[in-house]
Amino acid sequence: MLNSFEPNKIFAITSRAPKYVLFLFIVVLSIGLTEALFLSPEDYKQSHSVRIMYVHVPSAWISLGIFSLIAFLSLVSFIFKNKNFSLISKSLAPSGFLFNIIALVTGAIWGKPTWGTWWAWDARITSMLILALFYSMYLLSWKIFRNEKQATKITSIIAILGVINVPIIKFSVDWWSTLHQTSSVKILSTTSIHISMLIPLAIMTAAFTLFSILIFLMKYNTELIKIKNKGLDRL
Amino acid sequence: MINEIILMNGYGVYVWSAFSFTLLSFGSLFLVIKLQLLKEKRRFVYKFGSLNTEKVRVAKSQKINKEILVGILESKI
Repeated sequence: MLNSFEPNKIFAITSRAPKYVLFLFIVVLSIGLTEALFLSPEDYKQSHSVRIMYVHVPSAWISLGIFSLIAFLSLVSFIFKNKNFSLISKSLAPSGFLFNIIALVTGAIWGKPTWGTWWAWDARITSMLILALFYSMYLLSWKIFRNEKQATKITSIIAILGVINVPIIKFSVDWWSTLHQTSSVKILSTTSIHISMLIPLAIMTAAFTLFSILIFLMKYNTELIKIKNKGLDRL
Repeated sequence: MINEIILMNGYGVYVWSAFSFTLLSFGSLFLVIKLQLLKEKRRFVYKFGSLNTEKVRVAKSQKINKEILVGILESKI
C-alpha cells in the first residue's frame, strides 16, 4: 500500500494540482473574508474585535493538525524506512510553521483589546510558543544536516518529541487556569458558538486548509525536482 | 458606512492589522516557495540541456523526468 505514495506515481497529480487548488483557495478565501469582515455579527461583549477569531482560530487548528501529521508520517517513515513520507513531512512544515506564527501574532493583536496586554505567559500561549520552537528546530535541522539519512532521523525525533506538546496545547485551558476560554467548537458534544459565527469560521478554516495544501504541493514538487537534479548529475 | 467598516467601534486597527498580517504572510510564503520551485525547474532544464544524447535517452526513460519537462513547457505556454 505504501508503494502507491511513490513520487514517480504521484508527481503527475502533484505537478498539475496547484493551479486548481490556487483557484479554489482564492474563491473560498474571498467568500470567507466577506463573511468574516462584513457579514458576520459583532460580539455582544467583544464587539468587532471578535472578527480576529476568524484568522486566529483556524491558524491555530491547522498548525496543530500539520504538526500531528508530521509526527505521524515521521513515525511511519522511521518504522518502514519510507523516504517519501519524510519528504511529505518536510514539505508540510513551512505552512504549519507559518500558521503557528499567524496564531501567535493575531493572538497578541486580539489580546490587547480583550485582556489589555499583547502577551501573557498563559499556558495556552506558552505551549503554542513551544510548538513554534519545535517547528523552527524541525525546519532548521533540514537546513543544517546535509546528510539525508541523518536529517531524516533527527527531524523524526524532533517531530515525535514535539507531538507530546499537542495534547498539552489542546487541554491547557482545562488543566490550568488561563486567560483563554475553554473550547467553543466541539466535535463530540454541543458547540456553544452561534451558527452566524460558525459559518465564517468554517469557511476561513477551509480557505486556510486549501492554502496549506497549495504550499505543500509546491514545496513537494520543489523537493522532488531537487532530487531529480541530483539524479541528472549522477548519470 | 465606510467609516463604520474601517473603524469598527475603535477595534478597526486591531482587526485590520490581524487580517493584513495574515494575508501578507500568505503572500510572502507563496512567493518564497514559488521562487524556490522556479529555481529548481530552471536548474533542471539547464542540466538536461547539457546532457549528451545517450544520457538524454536514459533520463527520458524515467517517467518523472518527462513529467517535469512537460510541466515546465506547459507553464511557459
